Amino acid sequence: MNRLIKTSLLAATMLSGLASVVHAEDATLTIESWRNDDLAIWKDKIIPAFEAKHPGIKINFTPMAPTEYNAALNAKLASGTAGDLISCRPFDASLELYNKGFLTDLSSLDGMGNFSPVAKSAWQTDDGKATFCVPMASVIHGFIYNKDAFDKLGLKPPKTEEEFFKVLDAIKKDGNYIPMAMGTKDLWEAATMGYQNIGPNYWHGEDGRKALIAGKEKLTDPQWVAPFKEIAKWKPYLGDGFEAQSYPDSQNLFTLGRAAIYPAGSWEISGFNTQAQFKMGAFRPPVAKDGDACYISDHTDIGMGMNAKTKYPEAAKTFLAWVASPEFAEIYANALPGFFSLNSTAVEMKDPLAQEFVSWRKDCKSTIRSTYQILSRGTPNLENETWTESANVINGTDTPEKAAEKLQKGLDGWYKPAK
Amino acid sequence: MQGEQMESDVAIPRRQPIRWHIAVFLAPAVVIYTAIMILPLGGTLFLSFYKEVQGVEVFVGLDNFRTLFGNERWAADFWNALKNNVIFFIIHMLVQNPIGVALAALLSIPKLRFAGFYRTAIFLPTLLSFVIVGFIWKLILSPIWGVTPYLLSLVDLKFLFAPWLGKPGSALIAVSLISVWQYVGIPMMLIYAALLNIPDEVLEAAECDGITGWSQFWKIKLPLILPSIGIISILTFVGNFNAFDLIYTVQGALAGPDGSTDILGTLLYRTFFGFQLQLGDRTMGATIATVMFLIILAGVSLYLFGIQRRMRRYQF
Repeated sequence: MNRLIKTSLLAATMLSGLASVVHAEDATLTIESWRNDDLAIWKDKIIPAFEAKHPGIKINFTPMAPTEYNAALNAKLASGTAGDLISCRPFDASLELYNKGFLTDLSSLDGMGNFSPVAKSAWQTDDGKATFCVPMASVIHGFIYNKDAFDKLGLKPPKTEEEFFKVLDAIKKDGNYIPMAMGTKDLWEAATMGYQNIGPNYWHGEDGRKALIAGKEKLTDPQWVAPFKEIAKWKPYLGDGFEAQSYPDSQNLFTLGRAAIYPAGSWEISGFNTQAQFKMGAFRPPVAKDGDACYISDHTDIGMGMNAKTKYPEAAKTFLAWVASPEFAEIYANALPGFFSLNSTAVEMKDPLAQEFVSWRKDCKSTIRSTYQILSRGTPNLENETWTESANVINGTDTPEKAAEKLQKGLDGWYKPAK
Repeated sequence: MQGEQMESDVAIPRRQPIRWHIAVFLAPAVVIYTAIMILPLGGTLFLSFYKEVQGVEVFVGLDNFRTLFGNERWAADFWNALKNNVIFFIIHMLVQNPIGVALAALLSIPKLRFAGFYRTAIFLPTLLSFVIVGFIWKLILSPIWGVTPYLLSLVDLKFLFAPWLGKPGSALIAVSLISVWQYVGIPMMLIYAALLNIPDEVLEAAECDGITGWSQFWKIKLPLILPSIGIISILTFVGNFNAFDLIYTVQGALAGPDGSTDILGTLLYRTFFGFQLQLGDRTMGATIATVMFLIILAGVSLYLFGIQRRMRRYQF
C-alpha cells in the first residue's frame, strides 16, 4: 500500500514536471484594446485562426471601455503591467507612447510592405522614419438609413444638400419617424458623426486638412464654417430632448426603427446588423451641387503595436506579422464589417452595407479627420474643443461663426504652423 | 558620610526612562498615514513645480501656476470649474443639509411609526455606487426612455419637462440635485444621532417652562446640534470640492454641455490623465491638484479658526 502511494506520488511529480516543461515553451500574449464590442469575434474567429497555425503561442484578448483606454493604458505601461500587444489609437496618443519608449519600432517587420504610406502615416514619427504599429483598419463616415421607411415614404437616398433636407422634411411631415437619430449629450456624436462626417466635402478633404496644418487656411474660413452651418440646420430634425440623448440612445432609436436616418461611422455596421429588424442602406455625405467632387472621411482608426517590455518579443512579432498579412485582413474585415482593411491587397467583403461604404472609395477622395494629426497636440485640445463646439452649434448655444472663432482662437494659442 | 549620601541622593535626579511605548503605539498610524497620505500629497505639491521638457522633468518654480492663472484659456477653464464647484457646494448647503436636518428632526419624533424603515430607505442611496446612481438617474431623466415625462404627464405638468441634463442652464443643478439625493442620508444620520444625545431632562425642563413643538426645536434642540451642523458643513465642503465621480458618470469627462458641469475634479482628471486625443499632463494636473488642496485647506482653516472656536458647546 505504502509503496503504491509512493509510486503514484512519484509519477504525479514527474508528470507535473513534464507538464511544466511543455508549458515553458508556450508564450501567452495579452492584447490591450478598447474594442470591448469585439470580444466575441476575437475569441471565436481571429484567435483560433492564428493559434491553429502557431501552436506554441496563446493569445489573450483583454479589452476595456473605450473612454478609459488611453488613461488606463498609459498608467499600465508606466507601471510595467501592460499586455504584450497594444492596440494603437491613431496619431499622437501612440506617437507619445513610442517616444516614451513603450512601443517598439516595427519598420522592418515582415508584411509592413503591405500597407500604403497613407495607411502607415497614422503610426509613424513625424519624419516618417519609424513605424511603430501595424495598421489594422479604418472607418468611413456616412449616413445609414432605414430602407423600409424610405420605401414606405417613397424616398430615395439624397445626393445633394438640397435633396438631403427635402428627404428630412418629408420624413418630418409624415410624422411616423424621427428624421435623424443623433443627440448632443455625449458631445462627440455631434463632432464625429456631424462635423467630421460632412466636413470633408466643404474643406476638400486632404487639401483643406493639410492647408490647415500648414497655416494657409483658418478654421474661420468659409469652407471650415460651412459644415457648422449645415449641422446647425439639423436641429429641427432631431428627436425630442436630443440635448440629453446619449450615443447608445441614438443607436437604439435607429435600430428599434423609430428613426429613419442615422449619421454613422462604418463601425456601427456589425452591431446594427444584429440589432435592426429592417433593411438598411447607406448614402454618403451629400455634396453642395450634383456632380461636385466628393470627399469622404476614411479615418485610420486602429493599429497594433508591441510593448517594448514584452517577455516574448519573438512571439509578439510573429503575431504582428500575421496581423499584417492578407489572411488577417480577410478575416478581420469580414468578421467586423465596417472596419475596412488598410492592407493593399483587395479584400473580398460579404456584407452589403460594408460593400456600399467601401465602394465610395472608388468615386470619392479619402481623407482623415481634420483634428487628429498634429493639431490636437496642445492645450486647449482642438478635438475636444470641436466636440463641445459642435454640440453648442446644434443646441444653438453658439452660432457657427462664433464656434469657428473660438476653435481658431484656441488653436492660435499654442499652434504656430511652420512658415 | 550620612550627609554626603543624602546630598548625592538629592543631586542625582531620578532618570526618566525613555517612554518607548509611545513611539511604538504611534508608529503604525504614523507609518501608514505617511506612506499613503503625506508622501503622495507631498509628491503632488512637489510635482507642481516641475515641467516635463522632452521627457525630462525640470524645475520651473511657479511657472505652472502662472500658466494656470495667466494663460487666457487655462484661466477660463479654471475659473469656470471653480464657479461651478461653488454653485455645486451652495446647492448642497441649501438643499441637502436643511433637508437632512428636517428629516432627522422628523425621525426623532418619538411617536413616529416605521422610523427604522424610513431611516434605512433614506440612507440606502448613500451606500449605492455612484455608477449605479448616475446610471439610474440618467435613465429616469432620459427624454426618450425615462419615466419622468410620463409621471409629469399624469399630473398634467408635462410642459415642465425638459432634457435637463443636456441644457447648459440646468445641467449643473440637475447633477447637484442627484448628488443631494444620494448623500442626504449622511447629514440625516449625524443630526439624528446628535438629537438622540440631547438628554431628556433638558427637554423636560423646557416643557416645564412652556417651550414645546416648533419653538422647542428652534430654541433648545437647534443650539444643541449646532456643532454637528458645523461638522456636516465642513464635510460637505471637502466632499464637494473633491467631487468627480458622479459628474464623470453622468456627464462624461468633458462635463458638457459647453463645460457647464465642469468642476475642479473633472478638470483635474482631464488634465492629469488626458482625454481622447488630449494627452495627460502630469505637472499641470499636479498644479490643479495643489490649487484644489489650497482651496480646501483655506476653507477648513476658516471653519476651524473662524467658526468652530467661537461655537458654544454645552456640557450635560
